[in-house]
Amino acid sequence: MQTGRRDVDDRLARDVDGKIPGRHDGGDQIIRQVVGAERRHLDGGKRAPGEPRRVAYLYLAPAFAFYLLFAFGPLIYTAWLSFFDWDGLTVGTWTGLDNYREVLEDPDIRASFVHSLVLIVFYALLPCALGLFLAALIAHGRVRGVTFFRAVLFLPQTIAVVVVAIAWVWIYAPDGPLNAVLDAVGLDSVSRGWLGDFTFALPALGLVGTWIMFGLCLVLFLAGIQKIPTTLYEAARVDGAGRVREFFAVTLPGLRGELAVALTLTTILALRTFDLVYVATSGGPGTTTTVPSWLVYQNAFSTGRVGLAAAVAVVLTLIIFVVAFAITRLVDRDPSR
Amino acid sequence: MTAARREQLLSYAVLGVFSVLAIYPILSILLLAFHDRSDLVTGFSIPDSLDFSTFSEAWELGSFGRGLINSFVVAAAVTVVSAVLSTLAGYAFGAMRFRGSNALFYLLLIGLIFPYEATVIPLYYVFRDAGLTDTYWALILPQIGLSVPFGTFWMRAYFRSSPASLVEASRLDGASSFVTLWRVLLPPAWPAITTMIVLIFMWTWNEFLLAVVMIQSDELRTAPLGLAMFAGAYRVQDPTLTAAAAVLVALPIVIVYVLLQRSFIRGMFAGAVKG
Repeated sequence: MQTGRRDVDDRLARDVDGKIPGRHDGGDQIIRQVVGAERRHLDGGKRAPGEPRRVAYLYLAPAFAFYLLFAFGPLIYTAWLSFFDWDGLTVGTWTGLDNYREVLEDPDIRASFVHSLVLIVFYALLPCALGLFLAALIAHGRVRGVTFFRAVLFLPQTIAVVVVAIAWVWIYAPDGPLNAVLDAVGLDSVSRGWLGDFTFALPALGLVGTWIMFGLCLVLFLAGIQKIPTTLYEAARVDGAGRVREFFAVTLPGLRGELAVALTLTTILALRTFDLVYVATSGGPGTTTTVPSWLVYQNAFSTGRVGLAAAVAVVLTLIIFVVAFAITRLVDRDPSR
Repeated sequence: MTAARREQLLSYAVLGVFSVLAIYPILSILLLAFHDRSDLVTGFSIPDSLDFSTFSEAWELGSFGRGLINSFVVAAAVTVVSAVLSTLAGYAFGAMRFRGSNALFYLLLIGLIFPYEATVIPLYYVFRDAGLTDTYWALILPQIGLSVPFGTFWMRAYFRSSPASLVEASRLDGASSFVTLWRVLLPPAWPAITTMIVLIFMWTWNEFLLAVVMIQSDELRTAPLGLAMFAGAYRVQDPTLTAAAAVLVALPIVIVYVLLQRSFIRGMFAGAVKG
């Protein structure tokens, strides 16, 4: 009975999983068996087949032209601009590291990076925790309709953040649905205009991030759980492990890779929050919801401090690189493997 | 009731609660939009009748027809060009050996993580000096530049997974590299390409920062930019109208999502996990 349900779950997962590029291991194995040693020889281990070929550069050229001209080049140019004091109109003056000193010392800029840290809790940690919980529930609660729930929970991820922001501004409004709920359960004293509140505006924005991200995390974890061998779960059950121990002993270790990807993606997106702040709060009330992206935009295109904006952008980018690198390393250094 | 049965019911209950949480904010603006503009809407009030007039008013006032066309032109151009370039580059990385392939690949990988925040400042000033701000080009070219890393990464993973013997056999038959790609590798690659197209299209459609910086004139606004401006002007005194506008802008992607839900989800996690 139990195993039967599991089979259904597996099949549900496989009809999505089976078509993923890079997951053709089944077919690959058959070919390997048939062609055997010959293929391994041709393949040269993991490398692409054939002799080194110059024609490859021809295939790469157009993609690299666009990438270097419109993405990588401008990135370098931003770094260059960050050493200047420039208003965007007149001639700039070289100021060395002055802009970076200001990034480190200016309380408003520092506050914006702290706000980003708070947002990481809401955009990354909370959705990952929720996603893990829900994934464990779906995958082994022997639930039908996984495809349906997955589609519904993933929906927030597909909608433009501008639209999302407008929806949540309404929910948080003084006479909006959230306060209506609070009033209905007798918590009138708590209700307020949430996005206009100095204490609650930032967490309120953060919860919007949680709402956007938890479906993404869930989908990643569901895919990962399907790859954990069912024998591990059976072994755990034979050992008398309950659902909780099973989760910590089998599911969580099995999801290391997916957890890393989810954390990296959501953390980067938290650090890049711009649309939501632009539409929902414009950094206010006061400066309680300013974020680095917002300061980049403000300084470069409103207050004419292009060099400073570039410095903020460079620091933000460096932080993103460090986070991506650190999370990957943390997962690679797995003691149990 | 057995323990297993109880557990199952609990699972459904929790999933149900979270599904409602995921849908309600979207539903709430839909309900708001169906109210008459003169209604004073508070909390959970449900409209007495479905009033579509707010939608047509928002459509006229915000010229969202224009905005949706702009968004479509930009997203289509970015998606088509990026898909072609990425397929070619992914083919080189995935099925050929050449000097410096690792170094070039890492160079491209950097493009997977850095944001528009890091490029938009010089892009704006260079495009301004070239007289290209306030044109489709200002939105299309940079977005191709930042979509190509993902696309190439995606197609490389696909071509790596297709059997090497196929490429070898084709070469031994004397086929040129392009014929190998076109006749042998591409036909079975369509599901992977479709997913890539869907993802790049969605990201481009929803992109905001670049549009806010590059576009000044009303006629060239993309749908999300038009919506942000519209909300700025009408949100306070006319929430129903703003809600209707938001629904209009969200609708195209939601329809695509409902139709191609599998491609979306498959791509979202497969692409990510391969990283």
